[in-house]
Amino acid sequence: MSCTSKRHILEIDELSVSFLQYESGKSSRQIELPVISKLSVSVHEGEIVAVVGSSGSGKSLLAHAILGLLPYNAKVAGDMYFDGELLDEKKIAALRGNKIAFVPQSTTYLDPLMTVGAQVRGGKEEDKKKKQRGLFKRYGLKEEVDGKYPFECSGGMTRRVLLTTALMGDPELIIADEPTPGMDLALAKKSMEDFRTFADEGKGVLLITHDIELALEVADRIAVFYAGTTIEEALVSDFGSEETLRHPYTKALWRALPQNGFQPLPGIQPYVKDMPQGCPFGPRCSLYSEKCQKEIPIQRVGCGTVRCVQYAGEPLAVHSHHHHVREINDREILPKRRAAGGQL
Amino acid sequence: MTKNNLLFAGKNFIRMVLLLFAVSIVTFALVSASPIDPLQANVGQAALGSMSEAQKDKLRSYWGVDTPPVERYVNWAKDFIRGDMGTSLQYRQPVAKVIAVKLANSLFLMGLAWIISGLLGFVLGVIAGVFQGKPVDKAIKGYSLVVASTPAFWLALLLLIIFSVWLKLLPIGLSVPIGVEASGVTFLDRIRHAILPAVTLSITGISNITLHTREKMIDIMESDYVLFARARGESLWSIIRRHGLRNVLLPAMTLQFASISEIIGGSVLVEQVFSYPGLGQAAVSAGTGSDVPLLMGITLITAAIVFLGNFIANLLYGVIDPRMRKGGRRG
Repeated sequence: MSCTSKRHILEIDELSVSFLQYESGKSSRQIELPVISKLSVSVHEGEIVAVVGSSGSGKSLLAHAILGLLPYNAKVAGDMYFDGELLDEKKIAALRGNKIAFVPQSTTYLDPLMTVGAQVRGGKEEDKKKKQRGLFKRYGLKEEVDGKYPFECSGGMTRRVLLTTALMGDPELIIADEPTPGMDLALAKKSMEDFRTFADEGKGVLLITHDIELALEVADRIAVFYAGTTIEEALVSDFGSEETLRHPYTKALWRALPQNGFQPLPGIQPYVKDMPQGCPFGPRCSLYSEKCQKEIPIQRVGCGTVRCVQYAGEPLAVHSHHHHVREINDREILPKRRAAGGQL
Repeated sequence: MTKNNLLFAGKNFIRMVLLLFAVSIVTFALVSASPIDPLQANVGQAALGSMSEAQKDKLRSYWGVDTPPVERYVNWAKDFIRGDMGTSLQYRQPVAKVIAVKLANSLFLMGLAWIISGLLGFVLGVIAGVFQGKPVDKAIKGYSLVVASTPAFWLALLLLIIFSVWLKLLPIGLSVPIGVEASGVTFLDRIRHAILPAVTLSITGISNITLHTREKMIDIMESDYVLFARARGESLWSIIRRHGLRNVLLPAMTLQFASISEIIGGSVLVEQVFSYPGLGQAAVSAGTGSDVPLLMGITLITAAIVFLGNFIANLLYGVIDPRMRKGGRRG
């Protein structure tokens, strides 16, 4: 979307994820908890797109949903396209670890009983040894680290190990979930440079982070994640001033940055169980009105999109530039197996 | 590291000594408190009635009825520490010799059951855990739950009826054929006699191992590292082979060694049903016949076997788990 005619690598159109959960320990009634609702974001070739949201707002689930790795009690709705092709469960499985690489966020993603070197090489041992060593070297991981187990690695080392797993293959898209905490500044910069180099080769990076300053530094576009959805997608340059930003929450986020006044925004994000009607930001918004209580569509405003009633932009037709023809009401449930759900 | 190992072994040795001491006291106290009159139990009411007082006195002193329990225990303990387990009152042979013969019979049985139930339980547990919720898991889980709630002796009787009485495929009991000289008993005969008791023990032992392995495997399949392996495009088989088995092996090992105690406990019942002259049956007859030295010997030997099983599991942990092998100091 926005102001580029570049090829889309990844497009997510109104992705919703909900979990079936037992109401309480005693009850056998299941309720549906919506954790991500109607989230849209896209990554073009050559782009680093940052999804920025506060900790614990379900950002990691976004990554898992794209990779088709949600637990069995998750329900997924919405469309995802990779290279313009509508994805289903089978196609996602073929892309995982091949065209799409994932950088997970914590040390628990490494097998505690396997050396990190062997894990990065991932089975296909010898021919990958050289590449793995080269990547480790690039990130300052000495030869002895190859034979270390995850419990012997510091947090920063683990991050670097996880990062190198993504660079081992030849992916089109890297989805990185909080890749930098625990790294020192120089290393964080180096990894971001690598993402930049990677993107500049005509590939894409989806960076999921709570660190807006990092996002402003490396990303081309920023999708602001609030209470399970993207409320705005903006160019990084839009963050130059409050006026060029669209959504009241993004503006508040801007004012909260140290260089822009360090003004905190009172209140907290709503929990999924007591989500307000309509705009999730409504209760904290100074411009809140009755109109905000209805379903609010995403609209294109300038080179970005926003989900706010103040704007009367053109409605977003995500796939107008694709050959794909589809009916808007016929949402594909994906993956189908999960939709059937299961019992705990 | 070697110093640590020595310390570890030493600590465990002291633990074992304390355990055996406690077990011996409890066993002795229970036998002493037992209402069974050894004379009546071993000689019989009719025979006793025809005996003179002098003969009865002699018997009383043979069975230790006239000695105060504490004195008997101290006497027994003194001998035991010197390595003398005493003489079995029923077999009129040294306890060590009786146990050696019975244990040899039982070890075959229990070893077979231990290996079969361990291997099958592990494989079934892994399959059920990987395919959690699928029909194959439901079948395995159902089987395990049914077997877990089946008494071992009942199962033994069932197998006996089916395979020995109806199908006449296997012998009804004992460890060797009846009416054959000891020299004429072949190894095959022994195996044929051990099959049913071993199968009974295996079947009942499987369920516990299966259900525990299944739980562990489910945890592993839901772990972040398996999720990451899937994200990297690893196939299910590769995930099971590279991550699943690797991580489930440690808890499975603990289970396997902990199951020794259950196999020994189960063998008491199963040997009774099959009249299999093993350690379990000897324990029952020593208990009901107030053969105190034999009972004490059997109890201590089995306690030591169980303890050693757990001890070996602990040692293997240190060898296999890199977190303990390499990170032991950091704890």
